[in-house]
Formats: sequence, structure tokens, C-alpha cells
Amino acid sequence: MTSIAAKENDDTELLADDQPQGRLARLARLQALQIVLVLALIIVVFAVLRPTTFLTPFNIRGIVVNTSILAVLGVGMTFVIITGGIDLSIGSVLVFSGVIADKTMLLMGGKGWGTAIVGIVVACLCGLGWGLINGVLIARARVPPLIVTLGTLGMALGFSQIITGGIDLRDAPDVLVNSVGFGNIVGQIPTLSVIALLVVVLGGIVLHRTRFGLYTFAVGSNAEAGRRVGVRVDRHLIKVYALAGLVAGFAGILNLAFFQSTTISGQSNTNLNVIAGVVIGGTSLFGGVGSIFGTVIGLFIPSVLQNGFVILGVQSFWQQVVVGAVLIGAVFVDQARRAAALRGSSLQFPFLSRFGSGSRKVNR
Amino acid sequence: MTLLRATGLVKQYGHVKALNGADFDVAAGEVVALIGDNGAGKSTLVRMLSGSEQPDGGQILLDDEQVRLDTPAAARRLGIETVFQDLALAPHLDPVQNMYLGREIMRPGLLGRLGFMDTAAMRAGSRQAFEKLGATVRNLSGEVGSMSGGQKQGVAVARAAAWVSKVIFLDEPTAALGVVQTRNVLDLIRRVADEGIGVVFISHSMPHVMEVADRVQVMRQGRMVATYRAKDTNMEQLVAAMTGAFREQEAK
Repeated sequence: MTSIAAKENDDTELLADDQPQGRLARLARLQALQIVLVLALIIVVFAVLRPTTFLTPFNIRGIVVNTSILAVLGVGMTFVIITGGIDLSIGSVLVFSGVIADKTMLLMGGKGWGTAIVGIVVACLCGLGWGLINGVLIARARVPPLIVTLGTLGMALGFSQIITGGIDLRDAPDVLVNSVGFGNIVGQIPTLSVIALLVVVLGGIVLHRTRFGLYTFAVGSNAEAGRRVGVRVDRHLIKVYALAGLVAGFAGILNLAFFQSTTISGQSNTNLNVIAGVVIGGTSLFGGVGSIFGTVIGLFIPSVLQNGFVILGVQSFWQQVVVGAVLIGAVFVDQARRAAALRGSSLQFPFLSRFGSGSRKVNR
Repeated sequence: MTLLRATGLVKQYGHVKALNGADFDVAAGEVVALIGDNGAGKSTLVRMLSGSEQPDGGQILLDDEQVRLDTPAAARRLGIETVFQDLALAPHLDPVQNMYLGREIMRPGLLGRLGFMDTAAMRAGSRQAFEKLGATVRNLSGEVGSMSGGQKQGVAVARAAAWVSKVIFLDEPTAALGVVQTRNVLDLIRRVADEGIGVVFISHSMPHVMEVADRVQVMRQGRMVATYRAKDTNMEQLVAAMTGAFREQEAK
């Protein structure tokens, strides 16, 4: 009980990074911070090449606005991927929520805030509904997340097309378009981006500061360990997918306000773009690791590249090439890190198995 | 005083009778080693007594009262903790988060209800628990997955020891460890028992068994075939009991 000092001979090398430095060292090792450097480098290169056009308030505003809706989606996706799962349905859920919200607002008539608020609530509820369907099928019916969300991707998009006959609706109330869609809070600061920032900050607090966030990491890290200590793993997974659906629904109304259209055929790559951003930002597809901050940075990289290439006059198709390379590089770094940390444990793509990392064992 | 007692436990998996009327008991402050050849039913017995699985027959008594251990959570509520061979730690969480996973200390008032945890209190509690056991976990904010086998074992045992009030089960706690780390775990076992906890550990290592156990219970073919005071027995006797080569010389 008292002889603590006598027991310090075990693994001296690990004692080296002790409390104060331990936290810092851990921070430096975060992939999110490495990716900040990559983003900074890209910005510096464009700024040097086009000093007069790239770093102007107008251009920066454009980049930020273009990333805002993806960032909202990224919050939900980060939670899902940390559990070791995946959600392919978010783009379709966004469209579906926009379509239902549009129809509802049209039925109500009116162009004021009353209608707009009903539209926002309806969009969020639609998203929540799809998220719950995903979650229940994954956690209770034990269908792999990749398959469940591939299925709901098709279903949500199909229903949207059935309801609209495939023709985009454009009935967002003016108040919504003028404020959220185009408006600025002050000066050149877009309302849309401020809303997205609020979602991001809220998501970050929930993920990194609350028990809900801790359980999200725990489920992705070792679901069986969680189960043994009484964490309701299935219920938590349902909540996480519900959250991803909810933010996708909210993104649906933002999207409707911004584009003044339900963009039915414009969201087929949204899921993959968001997943790419999340993964570039250091969230591991194997579960247990990730951050909202990283996701935001990871989403900015494609946006900045796109914008920079346009300004440079490079064919913007190059953006896809570069983003693809960055994505592979990010996963490579994650793999290497894992291999070093968990030597001997078998690596597999968890979202192809039952649900996320549920079947994965802790290394012995 | 006997803390936990099981009588006539039966468990059948298909055609295999893993437990065939096994008896078992452990007293407060006592270290009991559970030994036996592979397939003797040691792990099965521990799974029954830790609530992971239910026996097909027999009784389990805690403090002389019959109890049902339907789930690990039910066993934990009764003060029974188990450290399984795979340790059941979340490798990406730090020792503090692992220590309190599922039993977080929440902030008081509204913040707590919103899901905010009192990380300072949990950190302090973990530090205290590790120090009490002399577990060599110094870096409280590193990922458990990147720690050595001994440190992981330390976290798992300290977690069980921090929450236990009656009996702690350790399934082969030294199987994957080096010499120094094994030393630490054996010391740790002794210290937990000194707190008045009943400690039960499964081991294949006779020297470890002889060293820390007060009593050795030998299993063979799903039954408890012998029980010895550790200081009155020797390795030959234990091996004989395990392999069935002994004549009915059940020592007490």
C-alpha cells in the first residue's frame, strides 16, 4: 500500500513523458495538427503565387462559405467514423430533408419566419428519422454500416425523386434565403458560416468534453470493453447515427437556403467528400481516434485547393487528383501510427464487419 | 469467514460438460489460486462466478445468501469484479478514462446533467488507486494501447481493485508478462487481499501459485478435486492432483 517508490523500475522509457509534457507530446502527435501544417503550406503557396487575389476578404469568404455546409455534415460523420462506422447516406438525407421542408413550407404558404422555422424543424426531423433508421438497423439488426447506409442512400434519394418527379424545388422563403443563404452577420462574415461554426463548436464540446463523446470513442476503441463495464453500446450507436442524420437534416435546410434549390442531383459525391475531409483530418476509419477540429481542417484542404487552382488558371480537375493523394497519405499515416501503437493486433476494415469495431479484440 | 461459495455448479456446452458439479469458496482477505489442466473448467467457473454466463445447475452464495449473477453488471453491483485475460481495456482511451468508463463522475448540477464529467476528480481518484496498488502507471494521459503489457495489466487490476468490495477474479494475470511486471502483479494481488478482498486467480505457473496463494484449489474434468494450504503443499502434489495421478488424499 505504501511502497509506491519501490515500483518505478517498470518501463522507464514510458515514465519519461510525464504529466506536463505528456499532454503536449500527445497533442503534437495528433494528425490534426500535422494536417494544419499541410493546409498552411497550401495557403502560403497560393498566397505567394497570387498575392493580390488569393488572400482577399472576398475570396476567403467564398472558400469559407463553400466549406460551411460540408462542415455541418462533417460533425456527424466524425462521430460515426470514431465509432468505427460509416454513413454514406448523408447526401441523400440532406436532399430528402430539403425536399420535405420545401414541400411543407410551400403548403403553409407564407414567406416569413414562421414558415421558415417550421421548415427548419421539419428538415431536422427528417434527418433524425433517417439517422434512427440507420442506427437501429446497424446496432440492433446487425447489418454492417456500409450496407445499411448504402441502402438508405438510395432510398432517401429515391423518395426525393418520387416526391418531386426529379425536378428540383425552389421554394425556400425569402427570409431564409436573405439571412442564412446570402446574409452577413456583420461586415463580410457570412451568416451561414457562423451557423456552421456554432454546430462545429457544439459538436466539438460534445465529442471532447462530455460522457456522450467519451462513449463514442470507447465504442470505437473496444465495444466489448464498453459492454463489460455497462456502457449500452447498441443504444449509443443508435444515438450516434441519429446525430449524423440530424445534422444532415439541418444541412438540408441550410443547403436549400444557400442554393435556393433542393439540389437533387448535386449531392451524389457529398458523402465521399465529407468522409475524405474527416479522414484527412485524422479521424481513423478503424475507430477510436478523431477530432472535430481535424475534420474542419480536413474539409478546408479540398476547398482551398479548388479555389486556388481556379485562381491560378489550373484546370480545377487537378483538385480531385491532389485531394485523392492527400487522402491516401492521411490514411497511410494513420495506419503507420496504429501499427506502431498496437503492434500485433489484426487490422481490418471495421465497418465491413458487423457494426464498426464491435468484434475487434483488444491486443493482448 | 467465507465470502463467496459455489456448490455443485454444472455447465454444459453441447455434449461437453465443462462443469460437472464444481464446488468453490473464497474467504475475505484470502488469495485463492485456481489451477488445473487445460479444459479443466477454470475459466468456465470464473465466467459463472462473474456473471458472464449462467450455470445450468448449482448454487452461488455471497455472504451466505443465494445470489443470481445474470450479467457482469449484476455481479459488479454485488461487489464482484473480474479481470479477464484480454483485460477489456479501450486501447485509445487513457488510464483515467478506462478506470471510470461506465462509472464516470459527473459535474454537479446542470453541467453534470448535460453530460459534462468531473475529469479532475476522476484523475485524482485514478492516481490514488494506482498509487495504492503501486501500479506503475505514471502517464495518466497516454493511450492505454501504447503502454506495456505490465502497465495495461496494472490499469485493469487497479480498475477492478478500485471498484471491488467483495471478490476479485483474475484470469491468468501473469500469462503475458515479463519477470519484473509479473513481480508487480503478484505484489498487487497481495495488496488487494490485504484490504480484506477475496482474490481468486487462475494461473498455470506453479511457482507464482505457491508464492502468493493462501490456498490452492485444483480443478479436473469440471470438478474441484482438491484444495491445499499453499504452505503445506508442494509442486509434485499439485501436479499430481491436476493430472489425476494422486490417490484420494484430499488435504484440507
